Amino acid sequence: MAMLEVEDLNVRFYTEDGVVKATNDLSYRVEAGERFGVVGESGAGKSVTSLALMRLIDEPGVIESGEIRFKGRNLLEMDEKEMRELRGNEIAMIFQDAETALNPSYTVGEQISEAIRYHLGLDEAAARERAIETLESVGIPSAAQRYSDYPHEFSGGMQQRVVIAIALSCDPDLIIADEPTTALDVTIEAQILELLEEIATEFDTAIQLITHDLGVVAEFCDRVMVMYAGHPVEMAPVEDVYYDPQHPYTVGLMSSIPRIGDDRDRLQTIPGRMPDLIEMPPGCNFHPRCPYAEESCTRVEPPLVDVETGEPADPINSDAQAAACLAHTGELSGELDYEVTVRGEDDPAVPGDAPSSAGVSDR
Amino acid sequence: MSGSEPLLRVEGLEKYYESESDFIDRLLGRQQNVKAVDGVSFEINEGETLGLVGESGCGKSSIGRSILRLREPTAGSVYFKGQDITTLSDSELRDLRKEMQIIFQNPQSSLNPRLTVNDIIGEALDIHGIESGVSRDARIKELLDRVGLNASHANRYPHEFSGGQLQRIGIARALAVDPDFIVCDEPVSALDVSVQAQILNLLEDLQDELGIAYLFIAHDLSVVEHIADEIAVMYLGKIAEIGSPEELFAPPQHPYTEALLSAIPEPDPLWEGDRILLEGSVPSPIDPPSGCKFHTRCPRVIPPADYDFEQSEWRAVMSLRHRTREADIAVETFDAGEAALMESLRDELDLPPTLSDPEAEEVVQEALRLVADEEFARAASLLEETFETPCSTDEPVLRETDAGRVACHLFDPAYESGPTRGTPTDDGSAAGSATSDD
Repeated sequence: MAMLEVEDLNVRFYTEDGVVKATNDLSYRVEAGERFGVVGESGAGKSVTSLALMRLIDEPGVIESGEIRFKGRNLLEMDEKEMRELRGNEIAMIFQDAETALNPSYTVGEQISEAIRYHLGLDEAAARERAIETLESVGIPSAAQRYSDYPHEFSGGMQQRVVIAIALSCDPDLIIADEPTTALDVTIEAQILELLEEIATEFDTAIQLITHDLGVVAEFCDRVMVMYAGHPVEMAPVEDVYYDPQHPYTVGLMSSIPRIGDDRDRLQTIPGRMPDLIEMPPGCNFHPRCPYAEESCTRVEPPLVDVETGEPADPINSDAQAAACLAHTGELSGELDYEVTVRGEDDPAVPGDAPSSAGVSDR
Repeated sequence: MSGSEPLLRVEGLEKYYESESDFIDRLLGRQQNVKAVDGVSFEINEGETLGLVGESGCGKSSIGRSILRLREPTAGSVYFKGQDITTLSDSELRDLRKEMQIIFQNPQSSLNPRLTVNDIIGEALDIHGIESGVSRDARIKELLDRVGLNASHANRYPHEFSGGQLQRIGIARALAVDPDFIVCDEPVSALDVSVQAQILNLLEDLQDELGIAYLFIAHDLSVVEHIADEIAVMYLGKIAEIGSPEELFAPPQHPYTEALLSAIPEPDPLWEGDRILLEGSVPSPIDPPSGCKFHTRCPRVIPPADYDFEQSEWRAVMSLRHRTREADIAVETFDAGEAALMESLRDELDLPPTLSDPEAEEVVQEALRLVADEEFARAASLLEETFETPCSTDEPVLRETDAGRVACHLFDPAYESGPTRGTPTDDGSAAGSATSDD
């Protein structure tokens, strides 16, 4: 049994305009100590997924069906008190915008020791000590002094470190990091990723990293799930997704990243945009933007299948590469025709400014 | 206009903002200047793109706005088609807006939510009296068509469009007056990757067809590399390096360019390049560091010739020096007892137990003792006087190198005697010259 198992999760938002299907039969697992990436564009359902794990979906949203099992217990059956004991204690969250995640009217130290006092039952002095240790472990210099500073006295990168310190304070088993570096400059992003990496190794904490940045995923994650319009479209160990993507959307995403040192005149694009989650296209949701779409794609909704066997995938028990595309169920008459080039492989002698790196191009 | 005159020439542009201050501060003359742009010069030729890259607060957006005089420059000149626009009157400036336009980062907030697309684009035409009546509508349709939008959407409001479509409307609005030059201020950073690629391609197509020059401002080097003919990397209000993309990404490089480049996450799980991690964050532009503004974070500061430092030791000594100057070491929080205090201080500052140069070790020990007594000013001046480096005293200027112009003493023959040259730096030069070994 994996530490976290999500099975057939369906989240709906009942809005005035109609029902938003934010996630659809979403299943995945995160093992203890694993780094699991969730990738996709805005509106793919990434953040809803992570909020659902914490049971933080608000009106008009509802977790309609499915199970979220954490260490074997179904979170959706817990009462509010049990849930509160879990949040921040065993499952912690890091948000994108540290400035809004922190309360401006409390010192950062108080915001960390609050959770420690509540969850670990330590007294004021012991909680303070532990909070200072945590601040030190996330690389905040002169932690004891900065304990009594307010959030506005920190830079953006330092604020994000404080948020990470809050997440770490009770030694959680799972951290959900929702776009933790998106609001930061690239040199600071590198610092924060390095820090998360250190933490994951040192404390053996599992991290579910939600991001739109394929570079961050490549660097950080063991396994990855690509989401599109509330559906998981591909799930696999990270090398497979990058070197052998099996869903046209993954291919499109990878080829639209501008890369240093490529001499393509034009960037590959995915035409159109993410569909309206209220009125989703029939069949495969991606078919209006897909270069390989055929008539059958407009009718049949592709299930997530094992790409080797074409059998329905079992993302909770198996590591096999799975994709939701008719090409793998034999219902597509054509083939997914694209080529993956890994830079640096064909000509290792050239001292490039970009060492080995993968790119995908449609043919 | 002579053929040699570039479309846009910026000379010694400065933009200072006054920091917030109250009445007493003003009375006592304590007002401080935020030097957002501190003497920047560059040129843009007709139909070409200059990419301007840097982290938040480096002054890149201030440059874009000062050029259009949306913010009045503090000093310097901006020549557009040979004419200094910093001296123009308001009405002359209005005419000039037909030739110079801007696209903003966030189309949601830069397009008026109460106007239809038709009115947003038409407003530009009306103000400059370009088209009216039937030809006005035809022009709007043509513009929408050109940026890849359905012309029948002209009567919709901004909230009915997605982010990428809104950015296309922003582009159509800028194009309406048929400009020769557009400032693109982070036009794609709020967009998803696949949409980002669409907008970048559109901007390139427009440049090819209409011969528009761009000043393309971004924080993402890979985006800029794709679109620019020349790239300027900025740090704290100054240009650190400028050159064509090929020049910029080839050595010799400014250590900051190197770090920026190495910090971009590679979309390749097996990539094993060395990442340069810069210490700390960008210093405040109110009181920027002396000499080279990057020296407080630079992994390749030139060590003093009289001492024999390892690069990492020297970097640690530089951090000690910087932090004593800022009085940013909380001594009282460390263990008491001199030996233990020394040890935890060294630990905190990443100083090795002993430095390889005994003379330097003595000085550092003395400085640490002063720090222990909280005599920060004395410690700082001791370190500064003993370990002199041109990086903290002399301001580097942009110099021609084999690949682009770089503002760094490492590439200045006058400082070549420094031992940095030829010493392989294990943390510094790795990314720039890294070869693939897989």
